Amino acid sequence: MIWDWSFAAQIVPFLLQGLWVTVQITLVGMAIALVVGLFVAVVRYSEVPVISKLFTFYVLFVRGTPLLVQAYFAFFVLPSVGVQFSPMITGIVVIGLNYSAYTAEVYRAGIQGVAVGQWEACSALSLSNWQRWRFVILPQAIRDVIPALGNYLVQMFKDSAILHAITVFELLGHATAIGSSSYRYLEPMTIAALLFLAVSLPAARLIKRLELRLAHPR
Amino acid sequence: MSEILPYLPLLGEGLLITIALTIAGMVLAVVVAFAAGIARMSPRRWLRWPAAVFTEVFRGTSMLVQLFWLFFALPFFGIQLVPFAAAILALGLNEGAYGAEIVRGAITALPRGQREGAIALSLSPYQRMRFVILPQAVPAMIPPFGNVMVDLLKNTSLVSLVTVADLTFTAQMVRNTTGATAAVFGTILVLYFVVAYALSLGSSWLERRVDPTRPARARTFWQRVLPDRRVMS
Repeated sequence: MIWDWSFAAQIVPFLLQGLWVTVQITLVGMAIALVVGLFVAVVRYSEVPVISKLFTFYVLFVRGTPLLVQAYFAFFVLPSVGVQFSPMITGIVVIGLNYSAYTAEVYRAGIQGVAVGQWEACSALSLSNWQRWRFVILPQAIRDVIPALGNYLVQMFKDSAILHAITVFELLGHATAIGSSSYRYLEPMTIAALLFLAVSLPAARLIKRLELRLAHPR
Repeated sequence: MSEILPYLPLLGEGLLITIALTIAGMVLAVVVAFAAGIARMSPRRWLRWPAAVFTEVFRGTSMLVQLFWLFFALPFFGIQLVPFAAAILALGLNEGAYGAEIVRGAITALPRGQREGAIALSLSPYQRMRFVILPQAVPAMIPPFGNVMVDLLKNTSLVSLVTVADLTFTAQMVRNTTGATAAVFGTILVLYFVVAYALSLGSSWLERRVDPTRPARARTFWQRVLPDRRVMS
């Protein structure tokens, strides 16, 4: 028998702890991505001289380079300039900023989807810049892109495994730790994969339903 | 920056491995995408279900977990892959699963009349796919496939964690030798960015190339010099 059930049962609680860490990383990381992404999208859309161009390059560059290398960069370079965080904090900030480039693109699509008449109405009502974003444009733009943002949440949940490389002790980290101490990789790796599936599949289903629910005729 | 200059050839070798992995992964991903995507729409249950399970499993877990599983867990079944093979397999299967959804989406997006028309003309299932469905569906697949390929390129960096000597792996080696952390990681970030940018340019070129509504191609030099009446008229 290749698969050892009693060993598998024994390691499940430990792996569940890892899953909890993964979930925490995802939630905090996504919070960062949602806020920073929104800021980047609005600034890019507002065409502030220089800064909008810089943000456009930020989005392009972050989307064009691997998360792993970005994480290495932050993990190894920041301490050498005197900024010292725990791997966990570094990891969360890196994955949050990485995804902010993707969410910025999602928000942009949402903002572009708002009808021109809405902007004109804002001008006609002489709303301030803040009022027009806060009360007219963003409520409509964000509603349309919630499912797309949800997909990135699931994607981030899976991608957080990459932070294992900078010694963040999440689900995959727990699995490899069990593997290297017991010399049995089959059970921890398989269970870790199943745990990832057990969260991401229902989450994807839920987002699909949300999408149908939020869909409205234009 | 200057301390990593002697190591640039090493980084170049790593870059070549990364590009080789990207190309091999791409080929596998496209084959897997079409096989799984078309099988998932088959009326036969024994084709449809395995394809659906494959797609959901590979899209539902991260590529790093799949890679580690192939590398660490598969040997318990007596199958020991060399790291390079495990890397290509993980890349191709993972991105292939995403590609399968693109293939399926592009085909189901075609108007139903196309399939019905092909059936009315009593084309065989193969002819239907080859001459009616795919020629119309493939152009719609190219932009999303371009994104998948950029993802694939970025995911090749993960293979450094199973000892494949790609760009990221060689960068780690250079970092350990020189300690020039910022310079070496900055360099490879730029290299990845350049390759990713080239990939997306390539995909938008291909997109224009296969666009069914694009204007007829301009006459080539030889056609202008030696006008061929049969072709010209």
